[in-house]
Amino acid sequence: MGHIEFLLNDQPVRVDHPPIQITLLDFIRSRGLTGAKEGCAEGECGACAVAIREADEKTGRSALRVVNSCLMFLPMAAGREIVTVEALAPDGELCEAQRAMASAGGSQCGYCTPGFVVSLFAEQHLPGREGPCDPMALAGNLCRCTGYRPIRDAALALGPAPASEFVDRLLQSAPELDALAIPGFSRPVTVDACLALLNGDPQAVLVSGATDMGVESNLRHRRWPHLVSVEAIDELRAFSDSPDRVLIGAGLPLNEIGRRWTDAPDVFREWLALFASPLIRNRATLGGNLATASPIGDAAPMLLALDASVHLAGKAGRRVVPLAAFFSGYRKTAMGPGELMTAVEIPKPLAQFVRFYKIAKRRLDDISTVAAAMALDLDSADRVRRARFAFGGVAATPLRVTEAEAAVVGQPWNDATVERVQRILDRVLQPMSDHRGSKAYRLEVSKSLVEKYHWELRA
Amino acid sequence: MPISGQPVPHESARDHVTGDALYVDDLLGRFTGVLHAWPVVAPHAHARVTLLDVSPALAEPGVFSILSQADVPGEANTGANRRDEPLFPSEVMFYHQPVAWVLGETLDAARGGAAKVGVEYEPLPAILTIEQAIEQGSFLTERHRIADGDVSVIERSPLRFSGELRVGGQEHFYLETQAAIAWVDETGCIAVHSSTQHPSETQEVIARVLGVPRSHVTVECLRMGGAFGGKEVQANPYAAVAALGAWKTGRPVRVRLTRELDIALTGKRHPYLLRYTAGFANDGKLQGLRAALFSDGGWSLDLSEPVMWRSLFHVDNAYKLPAVEVTGRVCLTHKTSQTAFRGFGGPQGMLVIEEVLATAAQHLGLPADVVRERNFYREGDSTHYGEIVAEAARIQEIWRELKASSEFEGRREGVVSFNTRSRHQKRGIAITPVKFGISFTAQFYNQAGALVLVYRDGTVQVNHGGTEMGQGLFTKILQIAADTLGVGLAQVRMMSTRTDKVPNTSATAASSGTDLNGAAVTDACLQIRSRLAVVAAAILESDPASVEFKDNVVSSNGKSIAFSALCETAYKQRIALFAHGYYRTPDIHFDFKQARGRPFHYYAFGAAVSEVEIDGFTGAYRLLRTDILHDVGDSISPIVDRGQIEGGFLQGVGWLTLEELLWDANGRVSTSGASTYKLPSWSEMPEVFNVRLLARATEPGVVMGSKAVGEPPLMLAFSVREALREAVAAFGHGEVVTFDSPATPERIFFAVRQVRAERPALK
Repeated sequence: MGHIEFLLNDQPVRVDHPPIQITLLDFIRSRGLTGAKEGCAEGECGACAVAIREADEKTGRSALRVVNSCLMFLPMAAGREIVTVEALAPDGELCEAQRAMASAGGSQCGYCTPGFVVSLFAEQHLPGREGPCDPMALAGNLCRCTGYRPIRDAALALGPAPASEFVDRLLQSAPELDALAIPGFSRPVTVDACLALLNGDPQAVLVSGATDMGVESNLRHRRWPHLVSVEAIDELRAFSDSPDRVLIGAGLPLNEIGRRWTDAPDVFREWLALFASPLIRNRATLGGNLATASPIGDAAPMLLALDASVHLAGKAGRRVVPLAAFFSGYRKTAMGPGELMTAVEIPKPLAQFVRFYKIAKRRLDDISTVAAAMALDLDSADRVRRARFAFGGVAATPLRVTEAEAAVVGQPWNDATVERVQRILDRVLQPMSDHRGSKAYRLEVSKSLVEKYHWELRA
Repeated sequence: MPISGQPVPHESARDHVTGDALYVDDLLGRFTGVLHAWPVVAPHAHARVTLLDVSPALAEPGVFSILSQADVPGEANTGANRRDEPLFPSEVMFYHQPVAWVLGETLDAARGGAAKVGVEYEPLPAILTIEQAIEQGSFLTERHRIADGDVSVIERSPLRFSGELRVGGQEHFYLETQAAIAWVDETGCIAVHSSTQHPSETQEVIARVLGVPRSHVTVECLRMGGAFGGKEVQANPYAAVAALGAWKTGRPVRVRLTRELDIALTGKRHPYLLRYTAGFANDGKLQGLRAALFSDGGWSLDLSEPVMWRSLFHVDNAYKLPAVEVTGRVCLTHKTSQTAFRGFGGPQGMLVIEEVLATAAQHLGLPADVVRERNFYREGDSTHYGEIVAEAARIQEIWRELKASSEFEGRREGVVSFNTRSRHQKRGIAITPVKFGISFTAQFYNQAGALVLVYRDGTVQVNHGGTEMGQGLFTKILQIAADTLGVGLAQVRMMSTRTDKVPNTSATAASSGTDLNGAAVTDACLQIRSRLAVVAAAILESDPASVEFKDNVVSSNGKSIAFSALCETAYKQRIALFAHGYYRTPDIHFDFKQARGRPFHYYAFGAAVSEVEIDGFTGAYRLLRTDILHDVGDSISPIVDRGQIEGGFLQGVGWLTLEELLWDANGRVSTSGASTYKLPSWSEMPEVFNVRLLARATEPGVVMGSKAVGEPPLMLAFSVREALREAVAAFGHGEVVTFDSPATPERIFFAVRQVRAERPALK
């Protein structure tokens, strides 16, 4: 009892009594696969990147999804197929991604290189990919030496993946995740089973992609007696798009949402590209991002502006809570003990004019200093019918500025109305100073973003 | 065709892309019974340790031993240039300073044990800023000074202004954190794998701590996963802890800092406070400059003194200073001990003159490039410390050529017209030069040794004192050795850097790795070749001087012999097939008292044009395009050199724009990890990036006619700061624009606010 099994570079691996919070990275390195490295232990640098063969809904086949192995607890690997850099040059013959990186001068110190190679290999093997590889697929990997130009050239030099055992393997469907129950770690496959676990053990803690809890574990050495993973619950990975709403499974990785919501509005795609990094987006979920209730999470402002609500399941049954009523305090939510978020619902039609802005030191893969999402519906006379102004990073919780929303209804959307919103923001927003930005900047840039929004709408 | 000058990939590229390239911590599986070390860290920036009770930790499962003062057989001090770094301090000098180290069977056990060590502290007042240090007279050095000409001219200058600039530090963020594994070897001596730029000094420090002769310590560095100066001296304490642990327990000990520990414990690029007064003529010619530089040295001296000297040397960048008085002093603060970082004080010094020239241009209403050009060194000019600027004409040559190839003038008109059309987004374009002095300013460092071994089958092992940190040193050395011996690259094997092969080596630093070690390897190869030439001449019936070594073949007089066959023959004739090589840089000297001399063997030059676009609503900006023309002499390895230029440039962009290193009110580094300290990512790479090497640039007196390239390109990033200044100015009406460094979106946002709010003075 108490073991897990998975495929590691095509070799079956069985671990008896696995430690729960050892990372997949530490585990593979302890087996001599030292190509993946620990660069930061918080999912920022991608030096630890490995690929997982997962289902590709669009084609019904499978694809390699690259993840930070430093943020995966070992039991999360159970039942999966994991590929590390060591598998990419069978018989010593370099694969195209490796040859391209080496000949372009894409490695200097070489420490980050295996991670880049894994990302590039997966990108080259993306189902249905045409043309050169997208360098942005490597945006979850950091390099301190090269300045990225040669790595970009390596990506742009790669065409379609040549025939190989990998290509054949990807034509097959991905392994299904089974239920798992080992001491300290459970992975139920139904909502009911999950609720039973939660309600049967007061110490049980939900975990989704672990992109936040992995950091807690690595950096703050936090330990949980019983983790309940939602990754194998089909209902949490559902997606449906109907005329009156979009329903997104709370456990669906962000990149998967992007793939499944085929006619998502541009603003959603822009938002997704700014949300963490490709490697994080392969693991992180809306459920996790909302349930942690971080005041600087990127999901909340966008979903608040879209009037989203969350679906919760608990012992007493199911309920739907508007997101605007979900955040109850600093890192606190309306979720009761033993409750599980199953889905996020976005009502349709979406507002006429929706924009998302993220203010950060670094444009890609940074945490927001301020995030803002704004939505407007105007009538035929350009008067405001409905407005939503939602912010992150300006209060203890993600914030909808309902006072400003109410104040502009019926008003023409013009400079004077913008100033009115700004005066309310001046009063309502309560940002603080920290290493990401000063209180003054957070307040002033929030106000300025309303002007930017106004200016973009006119343009 | 010679291999030098060919675009060969990094010698480890294949191992990099397969994951086969090994770094210190990858060797863990090769040892049995390894103990893992974790520090007990102090929760104060400045405090006296009043009690250290290790017994509760020893009772923890998996805790094997705890290292503290009583375990040190030698001297418990790892200070490199001054004995001011106690390994187990009784007075804590920075937040998170280790006061003891726990050795555990697993890292988890060690970490858990460290939390149980009982330590009591008596907090003391801490100095956390340069301003506080100045006010309280807290310094690590005397005031250093270089003066030239009569600076009283400033008071009579038509344009006179003063200013103050705060320049932030920079975290190295080498992807591989500090790491060492030490064990007691088969002979009872200490052996260490260390990620160090300076194996000889690591050896010295370990010997000191253990109280053993240096000959009893062997330090090896396979390669480093980046260093950038951060492992020049700061690798030493962690190697010493590993060695002490192995010495005490008899078991191998591994120290590998997590990223969080690495940022908390290790030194960074020095933050600076720069104060200046400058006088200009109306045509933009500088008449005089007074500058006072203060660096934040942190808690111990480290390399802060030579870093400050390099700031003083480089306060001129590429410009003639007719009259100057520049002083510099290192402040003692209760922070990590700041250390070497690519550029080594040069960047902070050069910021002074770039700031001054840009400010003068704005006051005078002249284009900044015109003011810069008018102040360039001319052929025959000397620096403020008395060194003639050799090849000074290259500054203008590069400037002209780059302006043309980047279409600077036309694009500047494009920027003006864009800015006229665009109210909320403004662009800026700027060109800046770099002149950087090459040589260690500590004269004795400018020496290197090599040991070249040729085997009877004609294959070669090359040893030298330089370390590989990604900069491509080993690639260049292989090219040099192969060319000098006339064999193919595949014949030559580069050995890891070990203190038992070449003793008393210098740090691989100051961009000098190839200049010094390449010359020493050349010396060794030439000795072997000349011995072989005598043997060959006899076989080929020729004279030794006319024997050619090329492509694994030795020929003369129309006849030839394979290099391998020649080696076998020479061996049979009892000819030594190995040699040690040696090099010391000629003709450099400097009198630090008078601040006069010739500290640099030569100067490296370059220039960059950058164009940016700022969003006035947010202060966010994009780097649209960068063009670089850089002087590497005759490039030994064009892929390597281009990589150093591009990578150095982007690292400089990081330092000047988004890499904001912050400490909180308690003295804790608040940008403590990758999620809070942001390195340049894909979004910071210029959207268009053109890099060219200066043609016909042979540097006489340097190996293969090449020039050092590690550090100088970092300062090409000034073009980005200056382009940002131009773009901010475009929001205003002719105001003088300045902002502290780094130019984060927040700083740019408020700078834009300010120029939009102000109305220009009449001018």
